[in-house]
Amino acid sequence: MSEETTPEETAKKGVSRRGLIIGGGVAAAGIAGFSLMNRGGSGSSSGDCVTTDLSDTEATLNVSNWPAYIDEDDGDYVSTLTQFQKDTGIDVTYTADVNDNVEFFAKVRNQLGACQPTGRDLFVMTDWMAARMIDAGWIQKLDKANVPNLDKNLLSSLQGVGWDPNRDYSAPWQTGFTGIAYNKSLVDEVGSISDLLTRSDLKGKVTMLTEMRDTMALIMLANGADPEDFSDDDWGNAIETLTKARDDGQIRAFTGNEYINDLAAGNIAACVAWSGDVAAAEDDNLVFLAPEEGMNIWSDNMLVPVQGQHKANAEKWIDYYYDPVVAAKLAAYVWYVCPVEGAQAEMEKIDASLVDNPLIFPTDDFLSKTHGFMALSEDKASQYEQEFSDVIG
Amino acid sequence: MEALQRVFGKNSAYWLIGPAAVWLAVFFAFPMLSLLSTSLSDPSGSPIYGYTMTWELQNYVEAVGDYWPYMVRSLWYAGIATLLCLILGYTLAYAIAFKAGRWKNVMLVLVVAPFFTSFLVRTLSWKLILADNGWLVESLKWLHVLGEDGRLLATPFAVIMGLTYNFLPFMILPLYTSLEKIDPRLNEAAADLYSTPWQRFTKVIWPLSLPGVVGGTLLTFIPASGDYINSDLLGNPNTQMVGNKIQTLFTDASDYPHAAALSVILMVLIVGMVLFYVRRAGTEDLL
Repeated sequence: MSEETTPEETAKKGVSRRGLIIGGGVAAAGIAGFSLMNRGGSGSSSGDCVTTDLSDTEATLNVSNWPAYIDEDDGDYVSTLTQFQKDTGIDVTYTADVNDNVEFFAKVRNQLGACQPTGRDLFVMTDWMAARMIDAGWIQKLDKANVPNLDKNLLSSLQGVGWDPNRDYSAPWQTGFTGIAYNKSLVDEVGSISDLLTRSDLKGKVTMLTEMRDTMALIMLANGADPEDFSDDDWGNAIETLTKARDDGQIRAFTGNEYINDLAAGNIAACVAWSGDVAAAEDDNLVFLAPEEGMNIWSDNMLVPVQGQHKANAEKWIDYYYDPVVAAKLAAYVWYVCPVEGAQAEMEKIDASLVDNPLIFPTDDFLSKTHGFMALSEDKASQYEQEFSDVIG
Repeated sequence: MEALQRVFGKNSAYWLIGPAAVWLAVFFAFPMLSLLSTSLSDPSGSPIYGYTMTWELQNYVEAVGDYWPYMVRSLWYAGIATLLCLILGYTLAYAIAFKAGRWKNVMLVLVVAPFFTSFLVRTLSWKLILADNGWLVESLKWLHVLGEDGRLLATPFAVIMGLTYNFLPFMILPLYTSLEKIDPRLNEAAADLYSTPWQRFTKVIWPLSLPGVVGGTLLTFIPASGDYINSDLLGNPNTQMVGNKIQTLFTDASDYPHAAALSVILMVLIVGMVLFYVRRAGTEDLL
């Protein structure tokens, strides 16, 4: 507000305080209003915005991840997280506050866009969102010298993705499948997506995910379309199928990770689910299966935002989780596909029964029945997200 | 006032208004301007690269055209919840004000007690109570109130019950303050003049409690019509209220302009309804 004139000077000129307050208020509102007329516009290049790394002086690390995505201390069992803190002396604040990619994006976009810290040094996003954030210049390049394990042990199938050809910016945390989970104490096997969408004994007892790609990939598969290469018509048909299931009352809700509680409580009988969640729930009644039509496959990636102030610590974390011993221990707990070469051999020592579990170490044959999701342009993505969000409420 | 002027000088009023005015400018006027400008921005922008303000009035037309059912549903649910709150709240407030005796303070604390825990946790606990295999649903099935496939959770009923529960204290407190001020002797006087209990209520108690009724209904209806937690946790995709729509437009669809337009419409609509209501109730001077 009027910096040029101090209140004293203003008073001398005979302008009342009232004038000052009102004038200042109007000026502030004007400036604010004007600056907002063209708000955002901050596709900032990361170069301008990368913060100084404080890792040398601060042994802390703030990690944001999805729920049920890491092992926990339990009696004699020492979690990988606790072990990491012991080994490195880094104090980790681990928060499971990512429940949905777009929701998390909305939470951090203002800070990331305006080049302000979000308080997080590392977070985990699904492929397409990771691509979007890297493209926007919000993610720091990893220092390869600090992550030798990543270089050495990343599964060959996960190296060189289109949006990060050299894995300069991202490191997969886990890979997983989207399929069907059901509660066998309530209903008979739910083997296909069409069962899920139409079987009358499931009416009002089905949930689907708010993640557009997970839900729509499965519906397209059920309609006979290919989620890796689909047309606008395929998309339109899938939206129609989904709308019908919603209007018929077949679908009870669209959810993030919280579906697992409702499934265990019996409020829902079957749902679209992520492969590791059922194992993590440790409930014998819950079953995860690959629907007849096929499954969706995705990876979640660790990213260090440009304003993450403990990058070197984050790199230690990444490197630690790319140690096959640690990776096997984590995989045995979370039951997602382990992205680390050599973890399968280590698994032999931890739990031999899991070595051949296709949900953790899928064979090529198993993978051939899974489908990714077509890369979308920013325009298409926002059009589809809009249409999808109109159906899910 | 004179004492204040002695301390602060003749501009004391401004010094007193100052802090709140600055607070409101920063945390109310500024976000409002931002909301307005977003609502008039070109929707082809993106949250990453920003929006350009282009006086895009079309956003409003589209928001009304696409989302009016959510608006109607919100007002409908909030209306029923407010009515239920009024019935439940009035009887309770009346009892506390006139019949509670030495339990008055205890009962008032109990009314406020739910605020000691989070809104979210309380609504989540409704999920447990209304669960499909919970005792309540099982009992209602046994009594044949609910059919074999019947359920409470994920129905409009659950949403309205949740709204009623969550906003009930906002109804009770203003009603209590109004009722408590009524001189019980007025009631006795009416009785002495041979009025029936019903007449005593409609001619004495009710008119004198109107400020509380107006205050309570506003405090209940306004937040209830913008609420999205209840519908999110207790409803299904066909019970989504306008708050849910605004939330998903902001977060899931990243469509800020339409979300902002919808928010502005909701605000204008509610202010309009409130003004109309206050006029009709003839209580402008009581507020």
